[in-house]
Amino acid sequence: MNHHYQALDNRPLFTPFFLTMVAIAALGVVFLSIRFVSGIGSVTNLNGGYAWGIWVVYDIVVGTALGCGGYALAVTVYLFNKGKYHPLIRPALATSLLGYGFAAFGAFVDMGRYWNAYNMFLPWQVNPHSVMLEVGLCVATYILVLVIEFSPTVLEWLRKQTGWQIQADAWRSRLDKALFFFIALGILLPTMHQSSLGSFLIAMGWKVHPLWQTLHIQPLLAVLSAFTMGFAIVIFEGSLLTTGFKRHPETHLFSGLGRIIMGLIAAFLVIRFAYLAVAGKLGALFAFDLGSLMFWIETALFAYPLVVLASPRARENGKQLLYAAVSMILAGSLYRFDAFLVTFNPGTGYSYFPALPEVIVTVSMIAAEIALFLFIVKTFPVLPREDHAAA
Amino acid sequence: MDRRNFFKASLGGAVASAAAVASTVAHARPNLEPAPEAIGMLYDATLCVGCKACVSKCKQVNGMPPVPMDGNTYADFALDLSAQTLNVIKVHSDGKGAVKDALADGFCFEKRSCMHCVDPGCVSVCPVQALTRHPKTGIVSYNSDVCIGCRTCMTGCPYNVPQYDYNNAFGKIHKCQMCNQKGVERIDQGMMTGCAEACPTGATLFGTRTALLEEAKRRMALKPGDIYHYPRGDIRKPDSYHEKAVPQYQPTVWGEKEAGGTNVMHLSAVPYDKLGMPPLGERSFASISEGVQSTLYSYLALPAIALGGFTWLVKRNTEDDKKGGAE
Repeated sequence: MNHHYQALDNRPLFTPFFLTMVAIAALGVVFLSIRFVSGIGSVTNLNGGYAWGIWVVYDIVVGTALGCGGYALAVTVYLFNKGKYHPLIRPALATSLLGYGFAAFGAFVDMGRYWNAYNMFLPWQVNPHSVMLEVGLCVATYILVLVIEFSPTVLEWLRKQTGWQIQADAWRSRLDKALFFFIALGILLPTMHQSSLGSFLIAMGWKVHPLWQTLHIQPLLAVLSAFTMGFAIVIFEGSLLTTGFKRHPETHLFSGLGRIIMGLIAAFLVIRFAYLAVAGKLGALFAFDLGSLMFWIETALFAYPLVVLASPRARENGKQLLYAAVSMILAGSLYRFDAFLVTFNPGTGYSYFPALPEVIVTVSMIAAEIALFLFIVKTFPVLPREDHAAA
Repeated sequence: MDRRNFFKASLGGAVASAAAVASTVAHARPNLEPAPEAIGMLYDATLCVGCKACVSKCKQVNGMPPVPMDGNTYADFALDLSAQTLNVIKVHSDGKGAVKDALADGFCFEKRSCMHCVDPGCVSVCPVQALTRHPKTGIVSYNSDVCIGCRTCMTGCPYNVPQYDYNNAFGKIHKCQMCNQKGVERIDQGMMTGCAEACPTGATLFGTRTALLEEAKRRMALKPGDIYHYPRGDIRKPDSYHEKAVPQYQPTVWGEKEAGGTNVMHLSAVPYDKLGMPPLGERSFASISEGVQSTLYSYLALPAIALGGFTWLVKRNTEDDKKGGAE
């Protein structure tokens, strides 16, 4: 089994790029320590109307959607039994683990009374109707599931360390007996909390722009877009790894994912426009204000992959696939940013634009994710073995 | 799985999600009803003279310092609700701002504090019951001992009332608790709220929601220009009355029905949106949100069924793979 994957351990870890990422991450730690000493207001522009800024909207709402690669591939491989995509699953799981791990970290940093967080785990204290409770518990559980799903990779590495082989094999065989259940759980949980990220918008009511306030449809649109972003991130990351490490392209696999993405985007757009028509909101599309402008930019970004990937020739072209994936990632991210921040309007007197330290913290978390990802693929057998992927 | 099965499964997913959406709409819970002995206030903007005695009294009761302006603290210069201000008087002005309660070239006062919603968004969204609606009085209270500081209450409040103290490493949420929080307990002691007690014109009137709603409707039924004896303090036992000509009120009491209604209601001569009231229908967003959540998660039935199905599929498909020799 272990001959399918390889660690890129023949490449140096401490490259200039890696060290730059670590330096940026360290800068974030400086500003975070200010936050813990002087309060959230000392490093952010949050206020009474905008209670959530980029720490919530990027780190959690967008960040976990970008971490949906593991989820999207698990559904494809294990529910729809498309085994040929299996070589992509480990890098996707690694990204998911990092995306979700940093989302949890971001949530903790943004939490104004973090020392009380344990109350979310006390059954007599929680409010079962709360979307925040669902997201909190579900994301926490999913991170554990991701750790379990990723552990075969670590065990494969461990068995090669002197003196650990027998133990690693014993754990692995125990794990294999239960892994199917954790894979199923790893499909259920993101379906739940990714839809809940949309449900947040319901209770925000009138503050959410009419074009984004889809009420009962919120969870469905959120989970569909997260799913699409998951596939797109797999293609995006795979393409970067191919170029960065000069590996064989995995275009033959990505073109299949491209087809799935087309179906999902089509469903998303049809449901969204149908809702706007039924709710009588089509007029707002032509209001020529910030809302309508952002909506059309989003729609163009969603539509681009749909149009480009319609041609089978483009689907076999690595570059076209990458462009389509980037467009899709931007579309899904913008959809979330627009709803929660750009067109979100709590009324006169309030405005929000992130403070520089706020941006630095978020950028530093992305840098830390990249650095950790490089460490993981250079240490553990995550990437498919060259001959295998090309086969 | 071949292509046909793939499409079958996709179709199944689409049908299931359509069914979930349909049943969410069907399951949505109605708005909550007012608490049986709901306590509230009626703010009549046409009676307010902008003296801010209520702001000052509120600070005194809640132990909060005045908001300075250019270092001056001879008055409270709070412009809006904040972690230092639970109650504020704002002024709306148009054109020359000469005539009180006139829409054109006029001005009008507006009191902002917690509306103590009948179906409170903050209570509905709070993950840990840090915000609660009292079962009898309907007062919406806050417990900082369990609050995790996620600030979802701020996003879920249609009036932007809860205010987190961003300038404190151990900040809390701050909101009006109708002078009945631990250590204050004015209502439990049979007193009225600080702001209603301090109000010299009866613009802020204290009482039960039922009595206040009756009073509001009585005022609205009067002929503009007629003299009315306006009560001060507690509607059930007013301290005194004063005579004033009845203005032309807006045709609705703000808070009778808006998003399920509020226990703190407003009367005004100018349209409520001019006073910064949000665009609300009768349906509370909390009720829609809870309807969706309970359809998807009641007794965790749907997730359990889904997990069962997923587990079966994953087990079957991983065994297929093992037989086929691939991982």
